[in-house]
Amino acid sequence: MTTPLLELENLHTYFYTDTGVARAVDGVSFAVGVGETVGVVGESGCGKSVTALSILRLVRPPGRIEAGSVMRFEGKDLMALDEEAMQHIRGNRIAMVFQEPMTALNPVFTIGDQIGEVARVHAGMNKRQALAKAVEMLKLVGIPAPEQRAGEYPHQLSGGMRQRVVIAMALVMNPALVIADEPTTALDVTIQAQILELLADLTRRLGTSVLLITHDLGVVAENCTRVIVMYAGEVVEEAATSDLFARAHHPYTEGLLGAMPRVGGEKDRLATIPGTVPPPTNWPKGCRFRDRCPYSWERCESEHPPLYQIGGGHTSRCHLAEEPERRQHPHPPLAAQRGATAA
Amino acid sequence: MTAPARADAAPLLSVRDLTKHFPIKRGVFGRVDGAVRAVDGVTFDVAPGETLALVGESGCGKSTTGRAILRLIEPTSGSVRFDGQDVLALDASDLRKLRRRMQIVFQDPFSSLNPRMSIGAIVREGLTIHHLAEGSAADNRVRQLLEEVGLRPEYASRYPHEFSGGQRQRVGIARALSVEPTFIVCDEPVSALDVSVQAQVVNLLQDLQRDRGLAYLFIAHDLSVVEHIADRVAVMYLGHVVELAPVEKLYGEPIMPYTQALLSAVPAPEPGVKRERILLTGDVPSPANPPSGCVFHPRCQHPARDSACAKIVPPLEEKTPGHWAACIKQPPTSVSWDDQRAAGATNQPEFFLPRAALHRSA
Amino acid sequence: MNPSAALASILGPRRTLSRLLHDSRTRIALVVLLIVALSAVFAPLLAPYDPTVQLDIVRLPSQPPSFAHPLGTDPYSRDVLSRLLYGGRISLAVGLGAVLLAMSFGIAIGAVAGFIGGAVDAVLMRFVDAALSIPRLLVLILVASLWGSLGLVPLTLLMAGTGWFAVSRLVRAETLALREREFIVAARALGASPMRILVRHVLPNVAAPALVAAALGIANVILLEAGLSYLGIGVRPPTASWGAIIQDGAERVSDLWWLTLFPGLAILVTVFACNALGDALRDAFDPRQLPRGNDPTFAAEA
Repeated sequence: MTTPLLELENLHTYFYTDTGVARAVDGVSFAVGVGETVGVVGESGCGKSVTALSILRLVRPPGRIEAGSVMRFEGKDLMALDEEAMQHIRGNRIAMVFQEPMTALNPVFTIGDQIGEVARVHAGMNKRQALAKAVEMLKLVGIPAPEQRAGEYPHQLSGGMRQRVVIAMALVMNPALVIADEPTTALDVTIQAQILELLADLTRRLGTSVLLITHDLGVVAENCTRVIVMYAGEVVEEAATSDLFARAHHPYTEGLLGAMPRVGGEKDRLATIPGTVPPPTNWPKGCRFRDRCPYSWERCESEHPPLYQIGGGHTSRCHLAEEPERRQHPHPPLAAQRGATAA
Repeated sequence: MTAPARADAAPLLSVRDLTKHFPIKRGVFGRVDGAVRAVDGVTFDVAPGETLALVGESGCGKSTTGRAILRLIEPTSGSVRFDGQDVLALDASDLRKLRRRMQIVFQDPFSSLNPRMSIGAIVREGLTIHHLAEGSAADNRVRQLLEEVGLRPEYASRYPHEFSGGQRQRVGIARALSVEPTFIVCDEPVSALDVSVQAQVVNLLQDLQRDRGLAYLFIAHDLSVVEHIADRVAVMYLGHVVELAPVEKLYGEPIMPYTQALLSAVPAPEPGVKRERILLTGDVPSPANPPSGCVFHPRCQHPARDSACAKIVPPLEEKTPGHWAACIKQPPTSVSWDDQRAAGATNQPEFFLPRAALHRSA
Repeated sequence: MNPSAALASILGPRRTLSRLLHDSRTRIALVVLLIVALSAVFAPLLAPYDPTVQLDIVRLPSQPPSFAHPLGTDPYSRDVLSRLLYGGRISLAVGLGAVLLAMSFGIAIGAVAGFIGGAVDAVLMRFVDAALSIPRLLVLILVASLWGSLGLVPLTLLMAGTGWFAVSRLVRAETLALREREFIVAARALGASPMRILVRHVLPNVAAPALVAAALGIANVILLEAGLSYLGIGVRPPTASWGAIIQDGAERVSDLWWLTLFPGLAILVTVFACNALGDALRDAFDPRQLPRGNDPTFAAEA
C-alpha cells in the first residue's frame, strides 16, 4: 500500500459518565488506502460507530477524543484542525452515510434542497446551480424522474429511495472517503442488495475509499477488500477479506463466523459465544475476550495481547500467535463454566 | 382449496383465508376512504411440534398475520382453528383461557418488557393470571423458568434495563413459557440481536421446542436464520402467501419468482464469490393499492410474464408434493392455457429457475 | 397490591430512587418543604401569638420587626410570624389537597379515555379541550366572587375542580402511547383482563409523569391561592394565609415592607422547592437516563 488516505494511530475516545469512564474506543489503529473498501465488523458496543464519529470529530460530551490520539487524512493531522477547517472536511472530503435514512434527512426541506445545500456550502454554488447539481446526483443514484423527486420531501420516499438520497448527498462533493455506518441494516434484503451494489458501483467509478461499518459478515465478504474486527474498544484482527474468512485467527472472529447461520450451510447447532461483552467502564486486564474464549490460559489473564503480525498483513490480538499449539486443546470458556449463559 | 399442510399430522393450527384490512380514515369525521390490505386471504396449517416460518419484507403482512391469529388484532375475515377450537368465535373470557396455549415472543427486547416491573414479576404474571401457582410455589416456578431460558434465578429481583438485548429476549421467552403453551408466535425474535447473541437465542428456541414439543410460527426476514430453524417456510408478499414449502424444497428449488429474488439477495459469506443477483426494479407497491392479478407482476423477472399476469389472480397451488406456489407461469398450473389466453396471455408457462436463486449448488 | 409494592411499581428500578435522592435539587427541595411542612404542622406550638387576635389595636398596629414580634405586626396589630406559620397550613393544605384530588380525577379520566378510546375518549377530551380554553384564574375569580369569600374545603374543591384537565390530557397521551407498547400487547397475549392491564401496566407507567405534574401543580395552586387571597376573594378573613397577609399590607407596601417581604419569601421558597422537586423527578424518571444494555457506550452492564 502506498501512502494511505486515512491513518488512525492509537485512537482513544472515552465517555465520562456517572457510572465511570467508558473507554468506548481504546487504542484503535488502522489505515484506509486510496480507492479501497475496508470493512469494520463487530457487535453492539465494540466501538465501531464511535470510531466513525471520532474520525469526523463529531463525538459529543460526555465523550472526548483523548490526547495522544493520531488521525491523519490526506496528510493533514485531523486532531490539530480547528472547527472551521474540520467543517470544510466534513461533507466535502469525508462524507458519512448513516443507518437510518429518515433521521439523516431533515423532514421540512425538499430532498433537492438538502442535496443542493451541500454544494452551496462547500462549492459556493448558487441556488439554481445547486438544484441542477441535486438533480444530477439523484440521476446518478438511480432515482427515476429526478427533476420531480427533487421537489419532494423525505416522507414521500420509500426507505430504499431515502437511502439513495443520503448516498447522493454524501457523494455531491466527490469526497475522498465515505464512512457508511450500517447503511443497509434498516433496509429489506432485496433493497439492501440494490443499495450495496449502487454504493460499490459509484465508489469504484469515482475512486472513492469506503469505510463500511457493519455487523453483517456477509455484507463484508461481498464488498470489502480488507476487514477490521473490533471487540471491546480494540481492533482484535485485521486481514484481507479472503484471508479472514479462510483462516480466522482470533477466537472472537472464529466465534462470529461460527455463530452466523448461512443459506445453504450445514444445519448443525449454531456455535455461540457464551457470556457477554464486559462493560466499557471496566475492561478486564489482560485479554478482554478471555472469559468467553475456549483457549484462554494464565497468560491471557496477566498479559494484554498486542496485535501480533501473523504474516501477509494479517494481524491478530491473541497470544495464540506465539503459542499456536494451545489451539489443539479447547475448553469450555470461563463464562460458560460459571453457568451464566445469558447474553 | 386443500390446505397447504403437512400430510403426516393433524394440524394444531389451521388458518383459512385470513384477512385483515385496516380502514384508511380521512378528514375530521373519519370517513373511511379505502383500506390497507395488510393480510389478504392467508391460508396455512401448523402441525404440533413444527416450525413454520413466515418470511417476507417489511409491510408484507407477516407480523399482522401472527397477531391476527392470536386475536391481538381482530381479523377482518377468515377462520383460525386451534386444536379444534374456532378461535375467532371465542368470547373474551374463553379467549383469555385459550391464551394459555398460544403465546407470543416479540422482536423489540426493549419495548416488550414493562420497565417498572422486575423480571421476576414479569415472568410471574402469567402464573397469577391463570392461577397456576401462588406464593412460594410461584417463586420456585419463576426460578425454574429463568434457569430454563439460561438466566440466573437471582436475577428475578432486577429490572429490565439492567439486561442486554439478548438477556431481555430470554425474559420474554420465559414469560411466554410460564403459561405452558403448545404454540408460540415468534415475531422476529432475533432480528434486533447481535450475531453471537442471535445464535444463543436460536439454539434456546430449538432446545425448548425439543424439550417441550412446542410448535412455532417463526416470523422473520432473515432467510439464513429461517433456513436454520424452520421445517416449512411460507413466503409472503403484499399480504399474500406466494409460496409455501418444506425448507429444503424452498431453498433448493424456489418456484415463485419473488422467492427467487429474495434468495438471490442474501449476501453470501464467501469472499471472492460474487453472487449473481436478481435485482428487483422499483419498490414494493402500497398495500392500500395493490397491483391487479398477481401482486408481484410489475416487478417479476419470469421470462414468460405477460399481460395475463396482470389479470389473473394466481391460486396458491401444489406444484410438486408439499410445495405450494402462486404463479400461473410456473407449470403445472390449474389455470388452463385457454383461460390465460382469454386474459391476453402470449407466453406459454415454462419452468424458470435462475442460478442466482440457488446457494447450495455454488 | 400492597402499598409498598405499589410504590415500587411506580418508582420502578431502584436506580430511579437512588438517582432522585442523589440529585442536589431533590435534597434542597425536600429540606425546604420539610421545614415548611413542619412549621405548618406545629404552628400552634411555634406561633408566639394567636394569629387572628388583634393584640392592641391602639399601640401595636403596623409595627416593624422587633424582639417581641420578629416579623412585625399588621395594621390590625396581629403578629405576622404567627400568621405566617398558620398561613402555611392553609397554603399547604389547599395545595396538597387540591392537587391530590385533581391528580386522582385527572389520572382516572385520562387513563380511561386513553385506554378505552373511541367515543368515550372523544367526548371526554372535547370536554377537557373546552375547559382548558377558559383561563383558570378567570373561573376562580368568578366563582369566588359569586360566593363571597370561601372556606378551606370549598376553596380546595374549587382548585381541584379547575386543575385536573391538563393532567387528564397528559395521562391520556401517555396511555395512548403505552397502548401500542409491546409489553401491553404481551400482557393481553398472556390473558390479562383489561382491568389488570390498566392497574398493573398502564397506571404505574403514567404515574411517573403525573407525579412530576403534581409537584409542579402544588406550586401553581399555592400561587393561585395567594393570588385569590391578595384579591380579597380567597379564604375568609380573619383566617391567615400568605396571600392574605400581603393583602393586609398592600396599600402601604413601601412603609409596611415586612408585610410583603416575609410572606412573599415564604411563597417564593415553597414554590421554588416544588418546582425543583418536579424537575428532579422528571429527570429521575426519564428512561433515557438509564444505561441500556445495548447502548454503544454502555454495553452489557448486567
